[in-house]
Amino acid sequence: MPSARQPMVRMSSVTKYFLDVTANNDVNFDLYAGEICALLGENGAGKTTLMNILFGYYACDEGEIFIKGQKADLASPKDAIALGVGMIHQHFALVPSQTVLENIVIGTDTGRGPFLDMKKARRTLLDLEVQFGLQIDPDARVWTLSVGEQQKVEILKALYRDVDILVMDEPTAVLAPAETDDLFKTLKSLVAQGRAVVFISHKLNEVMDISDRVVVLRGGRVVAQRLTAETNVRELANLMVGRDLLEDIAKKPLEPGPPVLEIRNLDALNDRDLPAIKNLHLAVRQNEILGMAGISGNGQRELSEVLFGLRDPVRGSISITGQPLRFGNPSSAINLKMGRIPEDRIGTGLLMDLSVEENMILEDHASTRFQTWGLMKSKRIHRYSDDLIDAYNIATAGRDAVTKSLSGGNLQKVMLARELAGRPAVVIAAQPTRGLDVGAMEYIHQRILQERERGAGILLISEDLDEVFALSDRIVVIYEGEIVGEASGENASREQIGLWMSGVRQ
Amino acid sequence: MIRFRIQKRKPLPGWAKIVIPLAAIVVTLVLAAIPILIAGGHLWKSYYYLFYGALGTRFNLLETFVKASPLLLTGLAVAFAFRAKFWNIGAEGQLLAGALTATVLGVNMGGVPASLVLPIIIMAGFLAGGVWAAIPALLKTKLKVDDVVSTLLLNYVMIHIMGALLFGPLQQPGSSWPRSAAIIKAATYPLLVPRSRFHMGILIALFAVFVIWFINQKTTFGYRSKAVGVNINAAHFGGINTTAVIVWTALISGGLAGLAGVGELCAIQYRLIMDISPGYGYSGIVIAMLGNLHPVGVLFSSLFFSVIIVGAQTMTSCFLLNTR
Repeated sequence: MPSARQPMVRMSSVTKYFLDVTANNDVNFDLYAGEICALLGENGAGKTTLMNILFGYYACDEGEIFIKGQKADLASPKDAIALGVGMIHQHFALVPSQTVLENIVIGTDTGRGPFLDMKKARRTLLDLEVQFGLQIDPDARVWTLSVGEQQKVEILKALYRDVDILVMDEPTAVLAPAETDDLFKTLKSLVAQGRAVVFISHKLNEVMDISDRVVVLRGGRVVAQRLTAETNVRELANLMVGRDLLEDIAKKPLEPGPPVLEIRNLDALNDRDLPAIKNLHLAVRQNEILGMAGISGNGQRELSEVLFGLRDPVRGSISITGQPLRFGNPSSAINLKMGRIPEDRIGTGLLMDLSVEENMILEDHASTRFQTWGLMKSKRIHRYSDDLIDAYNIATAGRDAVTKSLSGGNLQKVMLARELAGRPAVVIAAQPTRGLDVGAMEYIHQRILQERERGAGILLISEDLDEVFALSDRIVVIYEGEIVGEASGENASREQIGLWMSGVRQ
Repeated sequence: MIRFRIQKRKPLPGWAKIVIPLAAIVVTLVLAAIPILIAGGHLWKSYYYLFYGALGTRFNLLETFVKASPLLLTGLAVAFAFRAKFWNIGAEGQLLAGALTATVLGVNMGGVPASLVLPIIIMAGFLAGGVWAAIPALLKTKLKVDDVVSTLLLNYVMIHIMGALLFGPLQQPGSSWPRSAAIIKAATYPLLVPRSRFHMGILIALFAVFVIWFINQKTTFGYRSKAVGVNINAAHFGGINTTAVIVWTALISGGLAGLAGVGELCAIQYRLIMDISPGYGYSGIVIAMLGNLHPVGVLFSSLFFSVIIVGAQTMTSCFLLNTR
């Protein structure tokens, strides 16, 4: 390790709390000139938070930051940029309707006083483009550029500000393979000239390809540092996901029944019209929990959206208890008795500004149980909501409490109560415990197991390997929209699943 | 250097919903005092005449209700649409659509039994305003056209349609002014108090308050409309046909504004003129907001507005102020 040299960045004992969550816990991180350092970890491991602290986006609660030997007091990204730190987030900070040049100049003091010297800016930009092989038309409007090109604009923007420490947050997540190759060339030429790059990722093959050194974060702590040349994907996969089980789950042995959810030849596109699901086949049987493991962004969201009726597939068919699911409208899934726990419970699942009761009856409010001639039967609705609040132990001031006043765990209980009350034949649970504390998590797990015992077939889509291992009868791994591996719940090895998740095929 | 930190505001306590609009009113009265004092007016006398003019005599009080009825209807129209986040800025055009329809029918229904004339006019006026609002609702749901822009622009379209008709086929025979012939007697709203302008339209507006409250509180449609307004994605996820909800909301909203137009035509003007509405549709936006989008709140805020409007007329005439 190049410890003899002075690091460009030294973050020492950095701790960051978000309310009751510790996002970074006593993290030490060094970065040296001329290296590409990969920051590896699962979702929620604290990678982005740590770098946002370096970028002055968050203030750390404890710890110190030194940049080029000087103690840095970063109150905003402006301070960080002045010290040569640039960060490119997953969501670009560009003005789509403006030109490349205009985007580059924004926020800089190019020229004298209030006047811009666009000629000088253009010369500087063109010089940088030649120097780093980042050819972009300065007069092109940003919205006309591909995502790969927009990323080049972001890099140029950083270089224009004389940044020599560049942080890139999962830069390849949005790129096509050819664009990824281009990016890697650019990053290598940056460090060849003495700059330093932090590459946040959870894709092991890429980390092996591009980095000189790997720092592995898990649960907000640094768990290991390795020189890339001295490690391999197998070890990294273990370091990234290896963890003891948090809870001991007693699962009744049950013989799975006939299939209740069948997905055949499914192809679907993502929001950018690129393939997200590729010829996917899947069957979930009665009394069975099928765990779908995978790093986020590999088609899980698109798959659940197709199942929920929020996204039209390109091709393929889905049936529930033998009946075909109609696409493009959530009512088909509701009518076929699918219990739906969406990944985004706040934006998609719940009406946060309405009462708990109004959320409970959302899917059923038009049934004759709750209305006649368009008039709501309020007494029955009250009784129904009170019963569910009791049955699911929801901590709330009452059925009339506004839903957003509930804690995360209780929000998910409202979601479960609504979706499971109709005794669904199939349950699709997408990231059902993401962001929840341990108590709420265990409760949700118990509920899912109860559904299994009742006779539902459950598709559990989760990035949390512990959860997948604890609950699943069978595990499949999704990578880039395809099922790359399948194992039975008892015999699956953590290492094997970790490798599949990272795109390493045997 | 001053540093700002942006953070989420704590939810407001319940009393704030009442106190904030009242505070806004007090601040307005205080600010309005400045020009009065600059002009050398008597502050207390001015405000005395403002309220005396609106509430002090039987006639003035009735006038305040007369003025309140179109404001109440357009206020309800806007409030009902805004609750579903259908940004209806077009109550003015929908009001004119109602007035125009009432004119065409009111002038030409001489052969129809007298007892049927008004019910037909009221229904047609409601429908005309509703359809005029449903157009931008369809544009919003089917083509993603921004509803603020389309509802606003359709106001001007309706003004020009009205102008073309008033200078053309609807123009009173023999007149050179842009005005229609008078409607027949059977098409006029009955007066509730003789020798005043206190007409049936005020009851219609009050009834509308009840109907909208009822829809909001008691019906599945009111529930759906609220759900769509709060989070259209979650409403869609929950199986609600959001397009239908928005279009029906627009129909009802535009219909209420259309009723305001019918009232102004059949109870106040008796014939269509270009300035049949001094911006009631636009005032409806402010009234709806001041009333917290709640029908009862809108009732009070429309009365407040009409107190100011009617009172200001007395105030100016008492002081012989020149408002121009």
